Amino acid sequence: MNKTLLIMKHEFLHMVKTKGFFILTLAFPVVALLAIGVYQIVQGATREPVEAVNIGYIDEIGGFDDYTNQPGDITFSAYRTQEEATGALLADDINEYIIITSDYVATGKIDRYTLKKELEPAEKTRSAMKSFLLSNLLHGQTSSALAERVKYPMWLNNIRLDTTGDIASDQGGFVAFIVPFLFSVLLLMAIFSSSGTLLQGLGEEKENRVMEILLSSVSARQLLTGKVLGLGATGLAQIVIWLLSATFLLRLVSTTIGGIFSEMQVPGVMIVLGIVYFILGYLLFAVLMTAVGAVGASARHSQQLSMLFIMPAILPFYVLFFFMRDNPDHVVSTVFTMIPITAPMTVFVRFALSEIPVWELALSITLLMIAIVGGLILSAKVFRTFVLMYGKSPGLREIVRSLRQA
Amino acid sequence: MHAVEVNSIVKSYNHKRVVDDISFMVDQGEIFGLIGPNGAGKTTTIRMMMDITKPDLGNVNIFGKSLSEDTKNRIGYLPEERGLYRKLKVIESLVYLASLKGMDSQLAARRADELLARVDMLPHKGKKIEELSRGMGQIIQFLVTVIHEPQLVVLDEPFAGLDPVNAELLRQMIIELRNRGTAIILSTHRMNEVEELCDRVLMIDDGRCVLYGELTEIKSKYRNNSIFLECEGDLGEIEGVIGRRDNKGYVELFLDGETAPEKVLQQLVTRGITIYRFEASTPSLNEIFLQIVGEGL
Repeated sequence: MNKTLLIMKHEFLHMVKTKGFFILTLAFPVVALLAIGVYQIVQGATREPVEAVNIGYIDEIGGFDDYTNQPGDITFSAYRTQEEATGALLADDINEYIIITSDYVATGKIDRYTLKKELEPAEKTRSAMKSFLLSNLLHGQTSSALAERVKYPMWLNNIRLDTTGDIASDQGGFVAFIVPFLFSVLLLMAIFSSSGTLLQGLGEEKENRVMEILLSSVSARQLLTGKVLGLGATGLAQIVIWLLSATFLLRLVSTTIGGIFSEMQVPGVMIVLGIVYFILGYLLFAVLMTAVGAVGASARHSQQLSMLFIMPAILPFYVLFFFMRDNPDHVVSTVFTMIPITAPMTVFVRFALSEIPVWELALSITLLMIAIVGGLILSAKVFRTFVLMYGKSPGLREIVRSLRQA
Repeated sequence: MHAVEVNSIVKSYNHKRVVDDISFMVDQGEIFGLIGPNGAGKTTTIRMMMDITKPDLGNVNIFGKSLSEDTKNRIGYLPEERGLYRKLKVIESLVYLASLKGMDSQLAARRADELLARVDMLPHKGKKIEELSRGMGQIIQFLVTVIHEPQLVVLDEPFAGLDPVNAELLRQMIIELRNRGTAIILSTHRMNEVEELCDRVLMIDDGRCVLYGELTEIKSKYRNNSIFLECEGDLGEIEGVIGRRDNKGYVELFLDGETAPEKVLQQLVTRGITIYRFEASTPSLNEIFLQIVGEGL
């Protein structure tokens, strides 16, 4: 077998066998499963028979006699005086009472009396009150259908068209937001965990001199390429496990929870681009991390240095929301899409918030690939020069000089 | 064709010449000693041979050509202060590192079994490296170095930290390799190891070559011109002897530098002195080493 492939296989198995990989890869499906379980339990608990709420009212205007039974098992009972109502409240006959004041029509003022300490009245109670008042106010004034429309003037139904005028496959909204968002979170987690493992592995190889045995068997470029590809394979394995479990979980969720999840149609293009950027982003970081690992004096030092690259990668996450809030096609987002180190996160964020022209995607992917290959060649040179300098790390000037000489 | 041919290599770090114009050759079937104090430049020289670092000047030929993937497969290298992947099993370590030398994995597994049996460590084959004792770990590292049957083996301080039993085992295996025609470079600062094993040596001090050649030649060159004598009878005046030192059980006679030891022996025999021991003193390599390195101090 080709030596690069041998190293790739070894690195892949080494990474996959670490506890960190195991925990991270399983964490996502397990946490999601737990969340579904907790949701079920909570739902089960709230599905207990709804407690009947009895609201007393004193009608100072007159005419509020009907519609006393409101949805959610809420009933309204009339009282003549406030004393009577207070007595009923203290006797626990009613849960609370309201006074429809004489100037209600002019001011909308309703006094509410309750024994409970609360932040604000429950939404259920409030809408029941509104519905009770509105129905009585409009009673006899208009048709019941119109009265219903006054209560709920619109059910908004958004439909997005594409440039040909047909209904677009990507309808935006929550689904379009959550998928790229998940990809970006997963990529970040994967980069953090695997770069840690990679730097530790490199540190160990330097410390125990296996590095010298390796370099007496293969070239620095073969070693580096093998390591980067091994890491890439690990990332691929991770994302495949996540996607498979996501498909499974989504099916589980739509049958148990339903709601928006049953309508969740993840566009195929989004998945494909997600995987492409995940893998490319992952590879770029693997390349950068190996260079950092060669330069760093110890695993800990390397990890500090690696922040230099990790920070710009997260940058789009914070900066873009700010720029794109008002103008989704802000020039900053285009620039970030082209810079390889910020590209993956930017593309995920842009996908979530708006759209990316095809030419930008094509150029961005090309630049990312060039950066990976170029980075690999430069890293191999840095690596070869500095990997055997134990206990001290070179200055920036030395690195630049070595690159020039190489 | 020489196994190794190093021509005037120079390497500087931070404007200091760590290796300064070193040249030597090593042939198949010989054990070559690369000796010198700590920090003399031995390891840097080896790294340049292994193409791990590039020399600033000069060149290295291994089996007649500069190092390529093919030649790397024919070399076994045991670095100084070494270790292995701690979490990897013994057999996995052997097979992985052998496969990086171009050996077929199945063949490597078979050969690993043979080697482990040879050093009585077959029962430990499934253990992780971190579970082994230090000495056992070092033996495994040696097996990693030779599993792919290299034609050139470079050992950097192979005996450091080994107990006498394992050191003897290692010595025997090195001699077996040599007898099979393998070229061996032994880098060390322990002179007794060199004297026991090496045919020729290169001594480096401060990056420069201070001695190079056959061990026996070097020793005779640095002979300090004296004779150890154990005898019965009065010696009296001997022609060519300019001084004597009485030690417990023997006398050391210092010659004038022109008289050969056999002339002295002749005189003693004609005087009828009973001789138990007559030995032209040769200094140990250690003494030569101290003498040369001491000159530079």
